[in-house]
This record gives sequence, structure tokens and C-alpha cells, in this order.
Amino acid sequence: MSVSTRSATAAASMPVSDSRERRRPLGGVGLWPYLLLTAIAIIYIYPFLVQVATSFKSDAEAAATPLSLLPANWTVTAYQTLFANSDFPVWAMNSFIVTVVVTLGRVFFNSLAGYALARLDFRGRGLVFALLVAVMAVPGVVLLIPRFLVINSLGIFDSYAGMILPLLADATGVFIMKNFFESIPRSVEEQAKIDGASTFRTFWSIVLPMATPALMTIVILSFQGSWNELNHFIVSTQSPELTTLTKGVAQLASGQLSQGSQYPLKLAAAALMTVPVVIIFLIFQRRIMNVSAGAVKG
Amino acid sequence: MTSRRRRGAAKDTTAGWLFTLPIIIILGVFLVVPVLMAAWVSVSDWAGRGSPFSSDVSFIGIQNYRQILAEPGLQQRDFGISLRNNLYYVLLVVPLQTIVSLLLATFVNRRAMKGVGIFRTAFYFPSVTSAVAITVLWLFLFSATGPVNKVISVLGLQGPNWFQDPRGVVHVIAGWFGLEAAPGFLREPGALGVSGWEWLAGPSVAMSALILMAVFTTSGTFMLLFLAALQALDPEVDEAAMMDGATRWQRFWRVTVPQLRPTIFTVITLGLIGTWQVFDQIYTGTQGGPSKTTLTPAYLSYTAAFEGQRWGQGAAISFILFFIIVALTLLQRWVLRERDGSSRRSRRAVRARRQEGAVS
Repeated sequence: MSVSTRSATAAASMPVSDSRERRRPLGGVGLWPYLLLTAIAIIYIYPFLVQVATSFKSDAEAAATPLSLLPANWTVTAYQTLFANSDFPVWAMNSFIVTVVVTLGRVFFNSLAGYALARLDFRGRGLVFALLVAVMAVPGVVLLIPRFLVINSLGIFDSYAGMILPLLADATGVFIMKNFFESIPRSVEEQAKIDGASTFRTFWSIVLPMATPALMTIVILSFQGSWNELNHFIVSTQSPELTTLTKGVAQLASGQLSQGSQYPLKLAAAALMTVPVVIIFLIFQRRIMNVSAGAVKG
Repeated sequence: MTSRRRRGAAKDTTAGWLFTLPIIIILGVFLVVPVLMAAWVSVSDWAGRGSPFSSDVSFIGIQNYRQILAEPGLQQRDFGISLRNNLYYVLLVVPLQTIVSLLLATFVNRRAMKGVGIFRTAFYFPSVTSAVAITVLWLFLFSATGPVNKVISVLGLQGPNWFQDPRGVVHVIAGWFGLEAAPGFLREPGALGVSGWEWLAGPSVAMSALILMAVFTTSGTFMLLFLAALQALDPEVDEAAMMDGATRWQRFWRVTVPQLRPTIFTVITLGLIGTWQVFDQIYTGTQGGPSKTTLTPAYLSYTAAFEGQRWGQGAAISFILFFIIVALTLLQRWVLRERDGSSRRSRRAVRARRQEGAVS
């Protein structure tokens, strides 16, 4: 409101004001921003380029020319070692299984609960909501020991169940779904209800298909979250057959499985484990860049 | 409306509970019960064998907490050291990541600029990688003969052996001015068994590398938060200030930043919560070394329980950490409510604009 009066007075005082800014039209961009942004972008991206380049170098070359992006002698020894002489394929398999099951589970359970909280009027809804808010406040790392205690007591230590079930607990996802369902007009469901469809049927075949954008958000978050998860797998498994990529590569890095520095090997493993999340990122890039926009505004 | 709601209530109760039951069970079993169990373990003498509820496990009150907080000894000292390490980590990472992400967001918030999307992607890219993968990369980048030291040597200097260097940064700087050893009054064991000289050491060189890593990996995520907030701002406010002849610098600090207050507080809160939970990086990279200078409470609780079999102490450390995080979040909320009253904010904005007017 005061903006218009301000601009009016500003317009009046225009000739007096310093016109340095106005010589450059509003939309015009000079060369400097590009140089600045390119310099920063190099800092952000160069480490990853060096990582990929080094994974194709020999150990000696990695130490001798750490900055070069082109190996003098290309070698795939690191990758051969990973696939032929290490448990890397097993780790990748486990990460894949856990990530897929957790993602599917979260999509289903989060949307079910989100729908109930957004649409169904039932006694105790406030209580459920309060529970969600309360557990969201618990920081993850604090749960390391507690989760082990429960997993151990339930007899699911060192099993897929122990790896997967606790990761399904995701209050944030329920909130995302709840917020989205609340934005869908109620009239959509009313016709189905009049036709006598059950609540689950209305949810499953009418409302859920409309929630694709929110579901995609859940998919991205839980894929990235469970693929990159480390501390839960440290406390829920011990056998090598159930090691995931994060745990395996972490042990590789801390020297529990190797001798010497072996940077090309470690960097190759780290690069490979990043590929799936990069693919997800590239597919959903547009959405990811908007995810937080929605989160802030909503 | 109310009548329909009431009629619906009767019908929806079964469905409502059925729909929310899976998530309630999962959250209950894997979040609520664990916390209660750990609460019990933290006041018991359970040593990791058998069930913590068996009859030979007894209640020992606050003894675990006392050992960490009040009884002089290795356990108390380790906790003190881990608290110091993490405190410096928080004090440096939170402001740095907030400033860097805000600056990045400002730089890429140009709709007219061609190819700006590529830069956004580049800055966000480190955020998608896992802590494990990025730590592996960091161990290489900051190794004795690694890329970072290579760049430093090009500048004619000699870089430290980052991850093997336990010297505190403040001590290093004090050394440049000839202060090599602790003055007498700082040598006595102080709070939590850690001497004043050690409290003032600053982050170790190794921890500094991890601090840089945290800023590198989180700035992209927070940049997106700031970017969203910047794009939601009313451009007319900025234009008005521009018309009034405010410089770019003045507009940024007096017009844009005050309007971003809510987002700045969000970023700081998320930063505080995240930076007290440093675990993956330590497990992968340094295991608390060199000389315990990258030990954090989260990692200490893990080693105390899983390696030292001192489960009660491990659980107690978890709870202390929990209270630290909750206390800081509440403090943050309180500060936010205090400073962010809408009337006060708009008054500030008006005042800011008036000041801009005065400038022209």
C-alpha cells in the first residue's frame, strides 16, 4: 500500500537520484555475473570431476598429479577390483532392495495416513496428529542406540525386516501428503461417494491418481533418504551379506577392508554409489528445484 | 457443514483408524518405544547382554549421567572434548552455510540471465550425494598430497596434512604470535575435565576440513530455500528502493535481508538441528581422530555403547544431545517469535524504506 505512494514520490525525485543503476536496464546482465558464477561453479563441480578422473588413474598417478582431469594412463583396475574382488555388487544389491521397498512402503502408508488426516473425520484424529508432530521433533542420530534396542528385542537384528521396517517411519511424508490432499477440492470425491464407493476405493482410484506431484516428492525424498542412509544400517546389521553401499564404502574408506590409501578404488566406489541418486536428480530436476518452493510457501 | 461433518464422523471412524494404523504402529514401535527403552537403559546398569528388562538389570538412577557430567575421569573428559569439538563445528558451520547459501541464492536469482539454471544445478549438486560418498572424496581432496594441498603449493605455501593434524586452529594462530604453550591459569582442568586452554583451542585442522565439507554439501539445499523466498518477494519494494537511489548493497542489506527474516531463521534452525548430529562423516572419515579432535557426542554415544559396551552411558549421551537440540530449537523459536512479530516487521520495513528515502 505504501509502495505506490513511495514510487510516486520516487518518480518525482527521479532526476535528483543517482542514475548509475538505471543506465543498466533491469533485465540486462553484464559479463561480471557470469565470471563470478563460473568461478563458484568450478569450486562446486571440479571436486567431482577430479573424483571421476582419479578413479581411472593408478595409485601412484593419483598421488603424483592429483589435480589433472585426464589420466596419463587410463586404467579400469579400480572398477575391476570393485566388481571382481570385492563385495561391491552385494552392497549395491542390498541398497537397491532396501531403497525400493522403503520407497514403495512410504508412498503407500504416507498417502493412506495423509488422506485420513486430511479428509476423514474420526475420533482421535487430533491425537494421531499430535503423535506425528511429537515424533518429528526427535533427531535421527539420537535414535541410534534406541533403535538397536528395539530391533534386537524384536529378533529382527541382522535381517531385511530390521533394515526396512524402521525406515518406513516417516512423519514428514505424512505431512506432505496431508497438505496436498487438503488442496484437492472435496467435490472431486463427492460423486464417488454418492455412487456408493467405499472410502478406500475413493482414495485409491479417485484421489490418489490426482496426487502424483506429491507422490513424486515422497519418491524423491525416500529414494534419496534410504539410498544415502548409513547410521541405521550400522546398528541394524552386522553380517557382510546384508551390508549396504553406504556401510560398505564407509568401511572401505576407514581402512577396515583395505590397505594403503587406494584412492582410485575408494573414489570409484564413491562415484558409483552416487550414480543412482544423480539419475533420480536429473529425472526430477525441475521438481526438486520446486520442492522446497512448495515447502516454504505451503 | 457441521451436520455433514457429524454424520461423516460416525462413518469415518473405522476407516480413519484403519488408514492411519500402519503408520501409527511403525512410528510407535520404531520411534516411541525405542526412546522409552533408551530412557530406561540410560538409568540402568545394562551391559548389552540379554534383555534390558531382565531381572538382573537394576535401576541405578542418574549414575550414568553423573559419570559423564560430574565425575572426573576419562568418560567425562571424552564427553567434554566431544562437546567442544561439536560446539566449534556448529559455531562455524551454521553462520557460514547461512551466508554462503544466501549469497548463492542472490547470485542465481536473475530471471533475465541466460543459463542461470545450470549454475543452480551446479551449486545444488553436492547436496544429492551421500555423506559417505562426499567424505570419501574429502579424504582424497584434503590428503597430504591431494588436490587442495597442490593448489596451496601453487600459491607458494605448504598445506597441512589435514586429516592427521590435531592442532586447534586458535592454537595455531596463537603460535604465530609466539604463544606456544598454555599460560598457567588455563592449564587447570576446567569444565567437564577439559582445561581452559583446550576449550579455547578452536576446531582442529582436521575438523576444519569437515567444516568446509558441511558448508559445501548443505549450501545448495539452503540456497533453494532462499531462492524460493526471494522469488516470492514483491519486486516493487526493491524497485521502489532502487528509484530512491539506494545502491545494490543498501538494497540487499536494508530491503531484501529484512524481508527474508523468516527464511533466515528457518535455515538457522535446520542448521542447528543438523550440525549437532554429526555422525556419518566421523564414522566414514576420521573415527574421532586425530587425538579425539573430531569426536562428536553422536559418535561418542555410538562408540560408548557398541564398542565400549557402556550402554547406559551411550544412551545417556543420546539424551543429553537430544536435550541440547530441543533446547536450541525452542530458543530459536522464542527468538523468532520475539523478533518476527508482523507489525514490528512491517514497521521495520517502513523504517528501512524511509531511510532509503533519506539517502536519496
